Amino acid sequence: MKIGVPRESRPGERLVSATPATVAQLRKLGYDVVVEEGAGEGASFPDLAYAEAGATIVPEAQVWAADVVTTIDATGDTRLNRLGGDATLVSMMAPAANPGLVEDLAARGITALALDAVPRISRAQSIDVLSTLSNVAGYRAVIEAAEEYGGMFTGQVTAAGKTAPANVFVIGAGVAGLAAIGAAGSLGAQVRAFDVRPEVGEQIESMGAQFVQAEAAQQEVSADGYAAELTAEQEALTAQMYAQETARADVVVTTALVRGKAPRTITAAMVAAMRPGSVIVDLAASGGGNCELTVPGERVVTDNGVVILGYTDLTSRMPRHTSQLFGTNIVNLMSLLTPERDGRVTLDLDDPVQRGMTVTTGGEVLWPPPPVQVSAAPAPQVDEAPQVDPVEQARVAAEVARRRRTRRMTLAGLGAVLAALVLTVAPPETQQHLTVFGLAVIIGYYVIFNVSHSLHTPLMSQTNAISGIILVGALLQIGSANAVVSAIAFVAAAVASINIFGGFLVTYRMLGMFRKDA
Amino acid sequence: MLTSFVQAVYLVAAVLFILSLAGLSAQTSARRGNVLGMIGMVLALAATVVLALQNSERSPLVTGILIALVFAIGASAGVWRARSVEMTQMPELIAILHSFVGLAAVLVGFNSYLTEEADVVHQVEVFLGVFIGAITFTGSVVAYLKLSAKMSSAPLMLPRRHALNLVGIVASLGLMVWFVAQNALVPLTVMTVIALLIGWHLVASIGGGDMPVVVSMLNSYSGWAAAAAGFMLGNDLLIVVGALVGSSGAILSYIMCRAMNRSFISVILGGFGSEGGKAAASDGEQGEHREVVAAEVADMLASARSVIITPGYGMAVAKAQYPVADLVAKLRASGVNVRFGVHPVAGRLPGHMNVLLAEAKVPYDVVLELDEINDDFAETDVVLVIGANDTVNPAALEDPSSPIAGMPVLEVWKSQQVIVFKRSMATGYAGVQNPLFFRENTAMLFGDAKDQVEQISQALASATVPV
Repeated sequence: MKIGVPRESRPGERLVSATPATVAQLRKLGYDVVVEEGAGEGASFPDLAYAEAGATIVPEAQVWAADVVTTIDATGDTRLNRLGGDATLVSMMAPAANPGLVEDLAARGITALALDAVPRISRAQSIDVLSTLSNVAGYRAVIEAAEEYGGMFTGQVTAAGKTAPANVFVIGAGVAGLAAIGAAGSLGAQVRAFDVRPEVGEQIESMGAQFVQAEAAQQEVSADGYAAELTAEQEALTAQMYAQETARADVVVTTALVRGKAPRTITAAMVAAMRPGSVIVDLAASGGGNCELTVPGERVVTDNGVVILGYTDLTSRMPRHTSQLFGTNIVNLMSLLTPERDGRVTLDLDDPVQRGMTVTTGGEVLWPPPPVQVSAAPAPQVDEAPQVDPVEQARVAAEVARRRRTRRMTLAGLGAVLAALVLTVAPPETQQHLTVFGLAVIIGYYVIFNVSHSLHTPLMSQTNAISGIILVGALLQIGSANAVVSAIAFVAAAVASINIFGGFLVTYRMLGMFRKDA
Repeated sequence: MLTSFVQAVYLVAAVLFILSLAGLSAQTSARRGNVLGMIGMVLALAATVVLALQNSERSPLVTGILIALVFAIGASAGVWRARSVEMTQMPELIAILHSFVGLAAVLVGFNSYLTEEADVVHQVEVFLGVFIGAITFTGSVVAYLKLSAKMSSAPLMLPRRHALNLVGIVASLGLMVWFVAQNALVPLTVMTVIALLIGWHLVASIGGGDMPVVVSMLNSYSGWAAAAAGFMLGNDLLIVVGALVGSSGAILSYIMCRAMNRSFISVILGGFGSEGGKAAASDGEQGEHREVVAAEVADMLASARSVIITPGYGMAVAKAQYPVADLVAKLRASGVNVRFGVHPVAGRLPGHMNVLLAEAKVPYDVVLELDEINDDFAETDVVLVIGANDTVNPAALEDPSSPIAGMPVLEVWKSQQVIVFKRSMATGYAGVQNPLFFRENTAMLFGDAKDQVEQISQALASATVPV
C-alpha cells in the first residue's frame, strides 16, 4: 500500500508528518511512500533527502490519492475531499470538537485514525503524539521565556559582582511541565513546580525541581490518567498558593489543561503583583489560557511590564525534531497496524489502542470509544493490614532476636559438648587430627571471606586444583602388593592428577586475563 | 627420619596453600597466589613420591613407573582441557573436576578399607569418606550434564523427593552400624550405591538458575571428601587442604544464597523454578513491549554520557563478550563513561561474568558489583541488559508474591533508558515474568546478542549526525 505525506495546510505550519528517517522505517514495514513536493521544506528536509530515503516525490494531487495519508492536523484542511473512498487518514483531528468533520469522513467511507485520541496507557505511549508535542512545547516555552527575560537563568559570581539565578515556577507537571522543568533546570534556573496530582511530586523532584505543595489542594487521580477538576475549597487554597509563588517568580510556565480546557489559574490580580520584566508562558493558550490576560497566539505586555506569551505554535518553532518525533509516533502506529510487515493495514478493533483511535471506519462513526480502564497511576491501595503499634512491633522484634540468640547459644553449647565427648573417646591420633581440622576450617573461613567477588571463579578452580591433593593418598597406595588395590589407586591417582594440572593451569590462564586499564 | 622430613614438607605445603588462597583476595596478588599453590603442590607431591617409593611393597621401579604413568596421564589430559576450554564453559569444567575429586575419594576410601586393619574409628572414617565422595561424584556429574545442556536443566520433581533423600540417609546410617560391627564389604558397597543415587537425585532436583550455588556447594563437598580421606589415612596435609576447600565452598554457597535472598536449605532441597509457574500464569500478559533496532541503540549510545552494561548468562551463551568489549572500548574512546554492573549470581558460577569480561580484555576496574553500582543507575543515560533477566527484575522488590521477592537486584529501571538484549519474550531461569520489559523506559532488542552488539558497533563507527 501507498502512504502519502502531504504538505501541511495551516499557514505558518512548519512541521511535516514524515522525515527521511521515518520514511526509511515505513518502507521497512512494506509500504511505498509518496511525499508531496516541498513537504519537508519548513523543517529543513529537502525533497532530495526524501528521495534518497526511498520516497517518491509527487505533486499534491497524487499524495491525496494514496491509500494512507498522514498529516499533522486534519482540522480545517480543505483538501480532505480529495481522499479516495476507502482511504485511511492518520492525523490529529480533535474528534470531540469537530463532529462535522467526523460525520463527513464517515459519510465518505474513510477510515480515520485520530492521533490525538490515543488512550493513555503504557503500551500506547510510543504512538502518543500529544506527549511528543507537549514535550517539545515544554522545552520551547522555556527557550521563549529565556529570550524575553532580561537576565541570565543561571546564577553567576564574577569579578563584576554576582547575579541571582532566575526563579522559574511551573504549573502542571504533565509531559510539558516536566520538559519545562528539565529545560529550565539545565539552563541553571531555580525551579519550583506544582501539580494537583500528589503522586507526580516524585517525578517533579526527579527532574531537579522543588515540589510546591498547597495544603489540602491535592486530589485523587482519575482513572484515565488525566487530572480532574478541583472542588471549590481546594480551588481557594490553590489560588492562594499560586499568588505567593507567582509573586516571587521571574518566569511562570503554565501547562494546566484538563480535557482540552484551560482552567484559570493566574488571575489579573496575580499578574499585577508580579515584578516588571517577569515572563509568563501560557502553554494552555490553545484552550483559552491559564492566565486571565493571555491572548492565544499573541505576545502581550501588561501595564506593569509583565510579558505574557500565548503562542500556540511552539512545536512548530522546532520543526526538525518535532517532525522527527511525530514521524516516529506514526511509524510506531503503522507497525502496530501492520503486524505482518507486509505493507497492508490490518485494523484490529478489539485492541483498545486501535479502537480508541478509530473515529470512523466503513461508513460508521465510532466516536467516542468505550472508556479504557487502564490507569497511568496505580489503583489506590487499600490498607488491609491492621495498624501495628510501633512500640509493640519493636518489642516483638526484640523478642524474636533474643529467642534467636538463645537458640544459637544453645546450639553452639550443644556442639561444644558433643565435640568434647567425641574428642574424649577418640584415640589420641584422631584427637590431633580433629584439632588440625578445626583450626584449618577457621583459617579457611577468614581467608576466603576476603576474596573479591570478581575472583570467585579463579578461586573455585584454584581450590579445585588444591583438593586434588587427595592424590597424595592414592600415590601411597599405588605401591601395595595387592594388585586390586594398586589398580584402584592408579585410577584414583590418575583422575586426581588431572584435577591438579587442569585446575592450576586454568586458574593461571584466567588470572592472566584480568588487567587494569592501561 | 624420612617420615618426619615428609611431614615437615607437608607443613610447608599447607602454609603455601593458605597463602595461595589468601593471595586471591585481590587481582594484584592473585597470580602470585596461583604460583604459590603450584609450588606447594610440587613440594607435597615430590615428598609423597619419595615416601611412596620408600614404602613400596613391591619393586620400587614398578611403583615408580606407575607413578610416572599417572602423572603423564594427568598432565596430558589436564593441560589439554585447561588450554582448550572456553571461558564460557568454565562452569562445566569446574563441575567435572569436582566429580574427579569425588571419585578419587571413593576409590581411596575403598583402598583404605582393603589395606588397613579394622578399628572402629577408622571404619567410621572410611564410611564417611566414601559417602561424601560418592555424593560429590554423581552430584558433580549431573551438574556437568546440566551445565553443558546434555541434560534438561529443569528440576526433576519426583514425588516425595525429600522423603527419598531421608530414607537414603537413614539406610546409610543403618549400613554404617552393620559395617562397623562386621567389617564386611557388602554394607560399604551398598552404601556407595545409595550415596551415588542420593548425589544424583540431589542435584537433578535443583533448577538451572541455582547452579552457582550448586557448583560452589559441590566445591565444598569435594573439600570435605578430601578431609575425610585425610582422616582415614591419618594425613594432616589432606585434612588441612580439605578443610580449606570445604570452608571455601561453603562460604561461596553462603554468599550466593545471600545474593538470591534464599536460605541454603531451600536451595539444596531443590525444586526452584517450578514454583514460579503459579506467578507466571497470573502474570500473563503484562502489557506491550517496545522494540528497537541496533542503529537506534547506536544513536542513543553516541549521545549518552553514562552507560552501564549488566551482563548475564545470555552473554556467555551468545559468546558476546568480545563484541561487547569492543563496543565498550569504542565508547570509552569517545568519552562515554561505560561501566559494568555484575550481579553476584549472574552466570552459572560465582564470578563467571568477571572471567568472561577479563577474557575479552575489559579492564577490571570498570567492572563493578551490585552494591558498588546500584545507586548510580539514577544518573545513567542508557543501560544495556545483555542476557540477564532475573537479576534485573523489578518484581523482586515490588511484588511480594513473586518467587524471587526480596532478592537484591540491579535497579536498571531507574536509568533514563534501558535496552534489553534478548532472544524472545521467554522468562528467565527462575521462570518468572519480568515487568521490566514492559516499562516505558525499556526497549527490547531481539536477536542474537553477539550479532546485535556487532551491528551496534558498526553503526556507531559509521554514525553521522543523527537526523
